[in-house]
Amino acid sequence: MKKSKFTFIITVVVLLFFYLPIFILVINSFNSSRFGSVWGGFSLKWYDKLFSDKTIWHSIKNTLIVAGISTSVSMVLGTLSGYALFRFKSRISKIHSTLITLPLIIPDILMGMSLLLFFIALKVQLSLFTVILGHITFCVSYVAVTVLARLQDFDFRVVEAAQDLGASPGIILRRIYLPLLSPGLISGGMLALTISLDDFIITFFTAGPGSSTLPLQIYSMIKFGTPPVINALSTLFILITFLIALLYQRLNMRRA
Amino acid sequence: MNNLMMIMNLKKSGIMKFKISNEIKLSLPSLLWLLVFFMIPTVIVVLISFKNPDPFGGIGVGWSINGFSDIMNSYFAVILWRTVKLSLLTTIICLLLAMPVAIYMAKADAKIQNLLLLLIVIPFWTNFLIRIYAWKTVLHPEGFLKKIFFTFGLVPENGSLLYNEGAVLLVLVYAYLPFAILPLYTAIEKFDFRLIEAARDLGSGAVRSFVKIFLPGISQGIISAVMVVFIPALGSYVIPDMVGGPDGEMLGNKIAQMVFIDRNLPKGSALSTLLILAVILPGLIRIFIKKSNLTEAIARHKRPKVMQ
Repeated sequence: MKKSKFTFIITVVVLLFFYLPIFILVINSFNSSRFGSVWGGFSLKWYDKLFSDKTIWHSIKNTLIVAGISTSVSMVLGTLSGYALFRFKSRISKIHSTLITLPLIIPDILMGMSLLLFFIALKVQLSLFTVILGHITFCVSYVAVTVLARLQDFDFRVVEAAQDLGASPGIILRRIYLPLLSPGLISGGMLALTISLDDFIITFFTAGPGSSTLPLQIYSMIKFGTPPVINALSTLFILITFLIALLYQRLNMRRA
Repeated sequence: MNNLMMIMNLKKSGIMKFKISNEIKLSLPSLLWLLVFFMIPTVIVVLISFKNPDPFGGIGVGWSINGFSDIMNSYFAVILWRTVKLSLLTTIICLLLAMPVAIYMAKADAKIQNLLLLLIVIPFWTNFLIRIYAWKTVLHPEGFLKKIFFTFGLVPENGSLLYNEGAVLLVLVYAYLPFAILPLYTAIEKFDFRLIEAARDLGSGAVRSFVKIFLPGISQGIISAVMVVFIPALGSYVIPDMVGGPDGEMLGNKIAQMVFIDRNLPKGSALSTLLILAVILPGLIRIFIKKSNLTEAIARHKRPKVMQ
């Protein structure tokens, strides 16, 4: 088993590589020195600054608005699309599936650039609204692909059985499709939500004045502002992420 | 009898019509949305790259190829070459690191598999910019990594780990490695390792069975890993922007510079069109290879028949 020892070592090295910068960031958020390389003693002043910074909270509000709206709209569009792609195989569905997969592959900067030029060509004023339009565009694909993947293990004989037993389309939708598809719907929606919350480039190209989201705010803080505040913000982020992951794991374990 | 047939036919055509309109009804919303907000904007980028800029940062009248002839020089050639080189290196390093990790995960028992999956995904739930910023502190001229490297004599005292191609490559690998691990893991998990045992029993060497049996067996995973690393890497903007400096600039930086600083939209569009070409080229090559494989297969299949 020489091979598995080698793979084990590489796995550990890769995990250290993943966590090293995050670890340093968390430590530095409690560092009273402005410079990450010098330990100026333990302090919570960056957290204090973070909570009193109004622009950060404004941008968090914007981020939640954008993510909420674009996730809900893309869940509707993406579910319809995933279902259509699964159920029908025609020339339309070929074009459809290409259009769905392309946004997943192309670099974000191309999508940002093309949306920006599209809005300029139509003389649309950039605002939170244009950001939402952009986010829906890439979220649809993520939802559609996730729903499509879940449908692959969907047993349509259940629907046929229900029809044979006289269920109406409304009942079939509510009692069969929704419960069976909801895991796919939820994971598609979660994926869209995470990607929307995290998006920087497309937002950067499509945002107008006053429509700064949290990633845009973080960017300008890194470029022009107070980095230690970002350390504090990131630590909170990481803490929340770990809590959610832990919760998720617990729920899964209980179910199992 | 005839009437019955007619009714049946009518019903059939009715059902057919119902089915088609159902497909359109279900597909239309997303199709239309992607047509309007994805296809048309992409076409607009290509069109605007053949326009002249106007003095106010907008788009002038008339058509021209100035956008392209302006970027046909050694300055942009260097940037373009660096973009392709760094993306290729990122892809290769990611594959080399991801392969052992994916093999280890696929062979581990379910509990460890889940734990590792979670450990790999969690850092990537934190904001993308924050992760890059974290590297900026690690690589900082006053940072601890520099000090360690300096004590081992790996960098000169005034040398910097930041703002060069190496820093961009390191952070690109960091950002894209999980995207390489996940598809490889999925493919390897489905791979039947008994095939390798069989090959070894039949006298094949370790390297030979790895190259001839294992790699072809997980080719789909390798292809997706390459796709999700190489193509986004080509369009990198934030990473070279933050840790690259002037010596680490990539195509994405130039596009953003044309849009936000130089205010030359046609030139920015010309650069984006180059990027579009770079992105679809591997896809086209793949289709071409597939087709030639297909014709080869057909040719091979037909030959014996002709000979008969």
